[in-house]
Amino acid sequence: MVEAAPMLVAAAEAVAALGGSRQTEWMCAVTAMAILVTMTLALVRAMLGPTVFDRVLALNMFGTKTVLLICVVDFLLNRNDFLDLALLYSLMNFIGMVALLRFTEYGSFGGDRIR
Amino acid sequence: MINEFTMIDVAILTLLAATAVTVARIRDLWAAIMFTGIYSFLSASWMLSLDAPDVAFTEAAVGAGIATVLFLCTLALTGKNEKRFPRFSPVPFLVVTITGAVLVYGTLDMPHFGDPDAPVHQYPSPSFVERSQDDMHGLPNVVTAVLASYRGYDTMGETAVIFTAGTAVILILRKEEDPDDKADGSEEEAA
Repeated sequence: MVEAAPMLVAAAEAVAALGGSRQTEWMCAVTAMAILVTMTLALVRAMLGPTVFDRVLALNMFGTKTVLLICVVDFLLNRNDFLDLALLYSLMNFIGMVALLRFTEYGSFGGDRIR
Repeated sequence: MINEFTMIDVAILTLLAATAVTVARIRDLWAAIMFTGIYSFLSASWMLSLDAPDVAFTEAAVGAGIATVLFLCTLALTGKNEKRFPRFSPVPFLVVTITGAVLVYGTLDMPHFGDPDAPVHQYPSPSFVERSQDDMHGLPNVVTAVLASYRGYDTMGETAVIFTAGTAVILILRKEEDPDDKADGSEEEAA
Protein backbone atom coordinates (compact mmCIF):
# COMPACT_ATOMS: atom_id res chain seq x y z
CA MET A 1 0.00 0.00 0.00
CA VAL A 2 2.86 2.36 0.81
CA GLU A 3 4.40 1.93 -2.65
CA ALA A 4 1.02 2.22 -4.37
CA ALA A 5 0.21 5.60 -2.82
CA PRO A 6 2.50 7.75 -5.06
CA MET A 7 1.13 5.97 -8.12
CA LEU A 8 -2.42 6.73 -7.01
CA VAL A 9 -1.53 10.37 -6.51
CA ALA A 10 0.06 10.51 -9.95
CA ALA A 11 -3.01 8.88 -11.51
CA ALA A 12 -5.30 11.35 -9.76
CA GLU A 13 -3.18 14.24 -11.03
CA ALA A 14 -3.30 12.86 -14.58
CA VAL A 15 -7.11 12.54 -14.39
CA ALA A 16 -7.39 16.07 -13.01
CA ALA A 17 -5.25 17.38 -15.88
CA LEU A 18 -7.55 15.61 -18.36
CA GLY A 19 -10.71 16.93 -16.75
CA GLY A 20 -12.82 18.97 -19.16
CA SER A 21 -10.19 18.72 -21.88
CA ARG A 22 -10.80 17.84 -25.49
CA GLN A 23 -9.43 14.31 -25.01
CA THR A 24 -11.88 13.54 -22.18
CA GLU A 25 -14.74 14.76 -24.33
CA TRP A 26 -13.73 12.54 -27.22
CA MET A 27 -13.23 9.57 -24.96
CA CYS A 28 -16.67 10.02 -23.43
CA ALA A 29 -18.27 10.54 -26.85
CA VAL A 30 -16.71 7.36 -28.24
CA THR A 31 -17.78 5.46 -25.10
CA ALA A 32 -21.33 6.76 -25.51
CA MET A 33 -21.38 5.60 -29.13
CA ALA A 34 -20.14 2.14 -28.11
CA ILE A 35 -22.82 1.92 -25.40
CA LEU A 36 -25.49 2.96 -27.91
CA VAL A 37 -24.33 0.24 -30.33
CA THR A 38 -24.58 -2.30 -27.49
CA MET A 39 -28.08 -1.03 -26.68
CA THR A 40 -29.08 -1.52 -30.31
CA LEU A 41 -27.76 -5.09 -30.27
CA ALA A 42 -29.64 -5.82 -27.02
CA LEU A 43 -32.82 -4.39 -28.56
CA VAL A 44 -32.40 -6.61 -31.63
CA ARG A 45 -31.98 -9.65 -29.38
CA ALA A 46 -35.09 -8.66 -27.43
CA MET A 47 -37.06 -8.38 -30.69
CA LEU A 48 -35.82 -11.70 -32.12
CA GLY A 49 -35.43 -13.60 -28.85
CA PRO A 50 -37.25 -16.91 -29.24
CA THR A 51 -37.50 -17.70 -25.52
CA VAL A 52 -38.58 -15.63 -22.53
CA PHE A 53 -35.11 -15.74 -21.05
CA ASP A 54 -33.42 -14.21 -24.10
CA ARG A 55 -35.79 -11.28 -23.73
CA VAL A 56 -35.30 -10.97 -19.98
CA LEU A 57 -31.52 -10.98 -20.39
CA ALA A 58 -31.74 -8.40 -23.19
CA LEU A 59 -33.99 -6.14 -21.12
CA ASN A 60 -31.72 -6.40 -18.08
CA MET A 61 -28.68 -5.57 -20.21
CA PHE A 62 -30.55 -2.68 -21.78
CA GLY A 63 -31.28 -1.20 -18.36
CA THR A 64 -27.64 -1.57 -17.31
CA LYS A 65 -26.49 0.14 -20.49
CA THR A 66 -28.95 2.99 -19.82
CA VAL A 67 -27.31 3.50 -16.42
CA LEU A 68 -23.87 3.53 -18.06
CA LEU A 69 -25.04 5.98 -20.73
CA ILE A 70 -26.34 8.34 -18.06
CA CYS A 71 -22.99 8.20 -16.27
CA VAL A 72 -21.10 8.94 -19.50
CA VAL A 73 -23.42 11.85 -20.37
CA ASP A 74 -22.89 13.09 -16.82
CA PHE A 75 -19.13 13.23 -17.34
CA LEU A 76 -19.62 14.71 -20.82
CA LEU A 77 -21.70 17.57 -19.42
CA ASN A 78 -19.50 17.93 -16.31
CA ARG A 79 -22.55 17.73 -14.03
CA ASN A 80 -22.49 15.52 -11.00
CA ASP A 81 -26.22 15.44 -10.21
CA PHE A 82 -27.05 12.89 -12.92
CA LEU A 83 -25.31 10.11 -10.99
CA ASP A 84 -28.23 10.00 -8.51
CA LEU A 85 -30.53 9.40 -11.46
CA ALA A 86 -28.31 6.53 -12.59
CA LEU A 87 -28.81 4.98 -9.13
CA LEU A 88 -32.60 5.38 -9.44
CA TYR A 89 -32.52 3.74 -12.87
CA SER A 90 -30.65 0.71 -11.61
CA LEU A 91 -33.17 0.33 -8.76
CA MET A 92 -36.08 0.59 -11.22
CA ASN A 93 -34.40 -1.96 -13.48
CA PHE A 94 -34.13 -4.35 -10.54
CA ILE A 95 -37.77 -3.92 -9.48
CA GLY A 96 -39.05 -4.37 -13.02
CA MET A 97 -36.90 -7.45 -13.47
CA VAL A 98 -38.11 -9.05 -10.22
CA ALA A 99 -41.75 -8.34 -11.21
CA LEU A 100 -41.28 -9.79 -14.71
CA LEU A 101 -39.56 -12.93 -13.45
CA ARG A 102 -42.08 -13.47 -10.66
CA PHE A 103 -44.90 -13.23 -13.18
CA THR A 104 -43.10 -15.63 -15.52
CA GLU A 105 -42.58 -18.14 -12.71
CA TYR A 106 -46.01 -18.01 -11.02
CA GLY A 107 -48.28 -16.47 -13.68
CA SER A 108 -49.86 -14.21 -11.05
CA PHE A 109 -49.04 -11.80 -8.23
CA GLY A 110 -51.76 -12.84 -5.76
CA GLY A 111 -49.77 -15.54 -3.99
CA ASP A 112 -52.67 -16.80 -1.80
CA ARG A 113 -54.94 -17.41 -4.80
CA ILE A 114 -52.69 -19.93 -6.47
CA ARG A 115 -53.89 -23.48 -6.09
CA MET B 1 -23.74 21.58 -36.42
CA ILE B 2 -23.21 17.95 -35.45
CA ASN B 3 -21.64 17.34 -32.06
CA GLU B 4 -21.69 14.34 -29.76
CA PHE B 5 -24.98 15.35 -28.11
CA THR B 6 -26.73 15.48 -31.47
CA MET B 7 -25.42 12.01 -32.25
CA ILE B 8 -26.60 10.64 -28.88
CA ASP B 9 -30.03 12.25 -29.35
CA VAL B 10 -30.43 10.89 -32.87
CA ALA B 11 -29.38 7.41 -31.77
CA ILE B 12 -31.79 7.43 -28.81
CA LEU B 13 -34.66 8.70 -30.98
CA THR B 14 -33.99 5.99 -33.58
CA LEU B 15 -34.08 3.32 -30.87
CA LEU B 16 -37.31 4.88 -29.54
CA ALA B 17 -38.96 4.65 -32.95
CA ALA B 18 -37.84 1.03 -33.38
CA THR B 19 -39.19 0.14 -29.92
CA ALA B 20 -42.52 1.85 -30.60
CA VAL B 21 -43.01 -0.05 -33.86
CA THR B 22 -42.15 -3.29 -32.08
CA VAL B 23 -44.68 -2.60 -29.30
CA ALA B 24 -47.36 -1.94 -31.91
CA ARG B 25 -46.60 -5.03 -33.99
CA ILE B 26 -45.79 -7.71 -31.41
CA ARG B 27 -48.64 -10.09 -30.47
CA ASP B 28 -47.06 -11.61 -27.36
CA LEU B 29 -48.34 -9.21 -24.68
CA TRP B 30 -45.69 -10.23 -22.15
CA ALA B 31 -42.97 -9.11 -24.58
CA ALA B 32 -44.96 -5.94 -25.36
CA ILE B 33 -44.92 -4.98 -21.66
CA MET B 34 -41.17 -5.56 -21.64
CA PHE B 35 -40.77 -3.27 -24.63
CA THR B 36 -42.81 -0.53 -22.95
CA GLY B 37 -40.27 -0.75 -20.12
CA ILE B 38 -37.44 -0.30 -22.63
CA TYR B 39 -39.36 2.58 -24.23
CA SER B 40 -39.70 4.40 -20.94
CA PHE B 41 -36.01 3.93 -20.09
CA LEU B 42 -35.10 5.34 -23.51
CA SER B 43 -37.43 8.33 -23.29
CA ALA B 44 -36.14 9.07 -19.78
CA SER B 45 -32.57 9.04 -21.13
CA TRP B 46 -33.61 11.40 -23.87
CA MET B 47 -35.22 13.79 -21.37
CA LEU B 48 -32.02 13.63 -19.37
CA SER B 49 -29.95 14.59 -22.41
CA LEU B 50 -32.38 17.50 -22.92
CA ASP B 51 -31.40 18.60 -19.37
CA ALA B 52 -34.75 17.85 -17.71
CA PRO B 53 -33.75 15.59 -14.81
CA ASP B 54 -37.07 16.04 -12.95
CA VAL B 55 -39.14 14.73 -15.83
CA ALA B 56 -36.64 11.94 -16.39
CA PHE B 57 -36.91 11.01 -12.70
CA THR B 58 -40.70 10.79 -12.92
CA GLU B 59 -40.62 8.90 -16.18
CA ALA B 60 -38.18 6.32 -14.81
CA ALA B 61 -40.14 5.83 -11.59
CA VAL B 62 -43.64 5.76 -13.11
CA GLY B 63 -43.00 4.46 -16.62
CA ALA B 64 -40.37 1.83 -15.97
CA GLY B 65 -41.32 0.93 -12.40
CA ILE B 66 -45.02 1.24 -11.58
CA ALA B 67 -46.49 0.93 -15.08
CA THR B 68 -44.65 -2.32 -15.78
CA VAL B 69 -45.93 -3.89 -12.56
CA LEU B 70 -49.50 -2.63 -13.19
CA PHE B 71 -49.45 -3.99 -16.75
CA LEU B 72 -48.23 -7.34 -15.46
CA CYS B 73 -51.01 -7.42 -12.84
CA THR B 74 -53.53 -6.82 -15.64
CA LEU B 75 -51.93 -9.54 -17.71
CA ALA B 76 -52.23 -11.97 -14.79
CA LEU B 77 -56.02 -11.43 -14.89
CA THR B 78 -56.42 -11.58 -18.69
CA GLY B 79 -54.72 -13.55 -21.42
CA LYS B 80 -51.14 -13.53 -22.59
CA ASN B 81 -51.81 -13.19 -26.31
CA GLU B 82 -53.61 -10.59 -28.37
CA LYS B 83 -56.22 -11.64 -30.92
CA ARG B 84 -54.77 -11.63 -34.40
CA PHE B 85 -56.25 -9.31 -37.03
CA PRO B 86 -55.08 -10.50 -40.44
CA ARG B 87 -56.97 -7.93 -42.51
CA PHE B 88 -55.42 -4.55 -43.28
CA SER B 89 -58.02 -1.96 -42.27
CA PRO B 90 -57.57 1.36 -44.14
CA VAL B 91 -59.81 3.64 -42.05
CA PRO B 92 -57.87 3.46 -38.74
CA PHE B 93 -54.61 3.76 -40.68
CA LEU B 94 -55.92 6.91 -42.41
CA VAL B 95 -57.14 8.42 -39.11
CA VAL B 96 -53.78 7.77 -37.42
CA THR B 97 -51.86 9.24 -40.35
CA ILE B 98 -53.99 12.40 -40.46
CA THR B 99 -53.75 12.86 -36.67
CA GLY B 100 -49.97 12.45 -36.80
CA ALA B 101 -49.69 14.94 -39.66
CA VAL B 102 -51.81 17.47 -37.73
CA LEU B 103 -49.64 17.02 -34.65
CA VAL B 104 -46.44 17.56 -36.67
CA TYR B 105 -48.06 20.62 -38.30
CA GLY B 106 -48.79 21.94 -34.80
CA THR B 107 -45.12 21.83 -33.87
CA LEU B 108 -44.08 23.98 -36.85
CA ASP B 109 -44.66 27.37 -35.21
CA MET B 110 -43.26 26.33 -31.83
CA PRO B 111 -40.17 28.25 -30.72
CA HIS B 112 -36.84 26.66 -31.46
CA PHE B 113 -35.23 24.49 -28.75
CA GLY B 114 -33.31 26.71 -26.31
CA ASP B 115 -34.67 29.95 -27.79
CA PRO B 116 -34.29 32.66 -25.10
CA ASP B 117 -37.21 34.67 -26.58
CA ALA B 118 -39.65 31.76 -26.23
CA PRO B 119 -42.83 32.64 -24.26
CA VAL B 120 -42.00 30.03 -21.64
CA HIS B 121 -38.87 32.00 -20.77
CA GLN B 122 -40.69 35.33 -20.69
CA TYR B 123 -43.94 34.69 -18.86
CA PRO B 124 -43.24 33.43 -15.30
CA SER B 125 -41.22 36.47 -14.39
CA PRO B 126 -37.46 36.06 -14.94
CA SER B 127 -36.92 36.87 -11.27
CA PHE B 128 -37.20 33.12 -10.61
CA VAL B 129 -33.99 32.65 -12.58
CA GLU B 130 -32.34 35.59 -10.85
CA ARG B 131 -33.39 34.84 -7.28
CA SER B 132 -33.66 31.06 -6.99
CA GLN B 133 -29.91 30.62 -6.45
CA ASP B 134 -30.07 32.82 -3.33
CA ASP B 135 -33.47 31.58 -2.13
CA MET B 136 -32.56 27.91 -2.44
CA HIS B 137 -29.04 28.24 -1.07
CA GLY B 138 -27.32 27.54 -4.37
CA LEU B 139 -29.57 24.86 -5.93
CA PRO B 140 -28.47 24.98 -9.58
CA ASN B 141 -31.67 23.73 -11.30
CA VAL B 142 -34.43 26.37 -11.44
CA VAL B 143 -37.11 23.86 -12.44
CA THR B 144 -36.34 21.73 -9.39
CA ALA B 145 -36.47 24.84 -7.22
CA VAL B 146 -39.91 25.80 -8.55
CA LEU B 147 -41.33 22.27 -8.36
CA ALA B 148 -39.95 21.17 -5.03
CA SER B 149 -39.72 24.38 -3.06
CA TYR B 150 -41.72 27.35 -4.40
CA ARG B 151 -44.60 24.98 -5.12
CA GLY B 152 -43.96 22.86 -2.05
CA TYR B 153 -47.39 23.37 -0.43
CA ASP B 154 -49.11 22.65 -3.72
CA THR B 155 -47.20 19.38 -4.05
CA MET B 156 -48.00 18.48 -0.44
CA GLY B 157 -51.73 19.05 -1.09
CA GLU B 158 -51.58 16.86 -4.20
CA THR B 159 -49.86 14.13 -2.23
CA ALA B 160 -52.51 14.32 0.49
CA VAL B 161 -55.30 14.04 -2.12
CA ILE B 162 -53.68 11.04 -3.80
CA PHE B 163 -53.03 9.37 -0.44
CA THR B 164 -56.69 9.87 0.58
CA ALA B 165 -57.93 8.48 -2.73
CA GLY B 166 -55.66 5.45 -2.45
CA THR B 167 -56.77 4.78 1.13
CA ALA B 168 -60.43 5.00 0.11
CA VAL B 169 -59.95 2.60 -2.79
CA ILE B 170 -58.15 0.10 -0.55
CA LEU B 171 -60.92 0.38 2.08
CA ILE B 172 -63.63 -0.24 -0.53
CA LEU B 173 -61.89 -3.09 -2.34
CA ARG B 174 -60.53 -4.72 0.82
CA LYS B 175 -61.25 -8.41 1.16
CA GLU B 176 -63.16 -9.18 4.34
CA GLU B 177 -61.69 -11.79 6.64
CA ASP B 178 -64.44 -14.36 6.26
CA PRO B 179 -64.27 -17.48 8.48
CA ASP B 180 -66.57 -19.47 6.14
CA ASP B 181 -64.28 -18.80 3.18
CA LYS B 182 -61.33 -20.17 5.15
CA ALA B 183 -63.25 -23.30 6.10
CA ASP B 184 -64.19 -23.84 2.41
CA GLY B 185 -60.58 -23.45 1.37
CA SER B 186 -59.33 -26.02 3.85
CA GLU B 187 -62.06 -28.45 2.80
CA GLU B 188 -61.08 -28.08 -0.84
CA GLU B 189 -57.48 -28.70 0.00
CA ALA B 190 -58.40 -31.75 2.05
CA ALA B 191 -60.50 -33.08 -0.82
